[in-house]
Amino acid sequence: MPARAQLTIDMTRPSFEPVPIAIVDFKGDSVGAQMAGVIRNDLQNSGLFRVIPQGSYIQQNVDATSPPQFPSWRQIGAAGLVVGQVVQSGGNIKVDFRLWDVVVGQQATGLSFTSQPSNWRRLAHIIADAIYKRVTGEEGYFDTRVAYVSESGPGNNRTKRIAIMDQDGANNRYITDGRTIALTPRFSPTLQEIVYMAYGENNTPPRVYLQNVDSGRRELLGNFPGMSFAPRFSPDGTKVVMSISADGNSDLYEMDVRGRQLRRLTNTPAIDTSPCYSNDGTQIVFNSDRGGAQQLYVMSSGGGGERRISFGEGRYATPVWSPRGDFIAFTKISSGGFGIGVMRPDGSGERTLASGFLVEGPTWAPNGRVIMFFRGQPSGGGRAGAVTLHQVDITGRFERQVPTPTDASDPAWSPLIPQ
Amino acid sequence: MRMIKAWMAMAAMVVVAACSSNTNDQQASAATTSVAPGSVGDFRQNVGDRVFFDTDMSTINDEGRQTLNRQAEWLKKYSNYQVTIEGHCDERGTREYNLALGERRANSARQYLIAQGVPAARLKTISYGKERPDPVGSDEAAWARNRRAVSALQ
Repeated sequence: MPARAQLTIDMTRPSFEPVPIAIVDFKGDSVGAQMAGVIRNDLQNSGLFRVIPQGSYIQQNVDATSPPQFPSWRQIGAAGLVVGQVVQSGGNIKVDFRLWDVVVGQQATGLSFTSQPSNWRRLAHIIADAIYKRVTGEEGYFDTRVAYVSESGPGNNRTKRIAIMDQDGANNRYITDGRTIALTPRFSPTLQEIVYMAYGENNTPPRVYLQNVDSGRRELLGNFPGMSFAPRFSPDGTKVVMSISADGNSDLYEMDVRGRQLRRLTNTPAIDTSPCYSNDGTQIVFNSDRGGAQQLYVMSSGGGGERRISFGEGRYATPVWSPRGDFIAFTKISSGGFGIGVMRPDGSGERTLASGFLVEGPTWAPNGRVIMFFRGQPSGGGRAGAVTLHQVDITGRFERQVPTPTDASDPAWSPLIPQ
Repeated sequence: MRMIKAWMAMAAMVVVAACSSNTNDQQASAATTSVAPGSVGDFRQNVGDRVFFDTDMSTINDEGRQTLNRQAEWLKKYSNYQVTIEGHCDERGTREYNLALGERRANSARQYLIAQGVPAARLKTISYGKERPDPVGSDEAAWARNRRAVSALQ
């Protein structure tokens, strides 16, 4: 029996139909059409919505505040209808939007806010988040940014610089100048700072830097004789965990960001790297080859109590704890190639969400229901294979490429931008 | 220092000549023998500036030992050079792990050279992980060449 379209969706079910939704250009100001475009793009890209083309809308003039002609929207198969208006007021814009439940014929949600006109894209993302939340029951993730490594140039001498863009690819800007290789950017919880690893001038060893995103001011996070790398903030932003190598061996350390005290967390002759805090900050997951091949381990965030959690075939790497705590995403390397997967924090319930010649570096959307990662194609003829960002929902059903101005790797998804 | 610079210039000329003529083995080996002793070109061509590793390994194999033995003898003879040993990996690993593995490989080569009598103070290490492939390629042959530690002279 074909299910009747509804304005709710349970994204954890094994199969579902995307919610058909109509989004009318917002009235009142020319930016209204652009805002509707951003909302359509967000919702369509989530894989959970099917945005009905505007050309098929029967009711042409929909008022932003009074109820629409529901039968005409039911006729084109819409379960939801989004309308809005933008009003200039005293140097600001006032935006009203409503989501109508076309099936039951009543308002599902609505918002009204005032902001600077330059914030129109953010306002559109916030509206898309409100629609997503009303329909899925999950927090949205559209009002977010992504830091990543922009790659260009010849395969044997690639330029790799840190860039930050909005989640949908807009407002791309470069954070490092590309004179030296910079890798593995990660956001602080406030989004005001990133940590990353960069080589020094004249090919001196890589070190971890802390950089203010807006001012561009950057500082070395500890000056160690060896390489420091693989940094990541604690959930409260007060600490950074990273690897530091000495005499060829890499162990995990935690640095207090304000006081710069360093605390050693592991002390093994193995490679211990890619550390990531649990969402509550009490544990750290990392990968280590202490048992032979690279596997995932969990320990207490102060160090100690280490236990292996990955037991499948192949090597496991780059574990990242979900912001909601229910899963750990990872990269898996087996004879057949690379995979992106998730498992529960105790190692059970392993599933593969994406696979290929090279897939690496998962990062979570703040709602813990979508993962971004990068795909690499094989190199050939002396040319580097393309590397691109992709996102996939936690069921592995819906994958799409995330547009970037250049080749791109190492994505880091930000928390929701503080409002 | 002046002498070294002259040798380096000569070595560069020889390399250019070898490239522009052809890749015939006999001619190439004739060019090799004419590289100035003690030059960077001499080190690269007659000693060998790199050793190779098995997948996910950092132990020096037999061929690597022979190369590093030659490097040690040469470096002890030409004691004016500093060396940065660059550790590299193939692309079949994750970025952060490969940075650590490259460091381990560079350190393996360094420890071996120290054991052969090269002063530790002359030997630095740096890891490039999988970020600087040479050659650029995605087949077994390219990966084997990329799992390497390269002794770069300064």
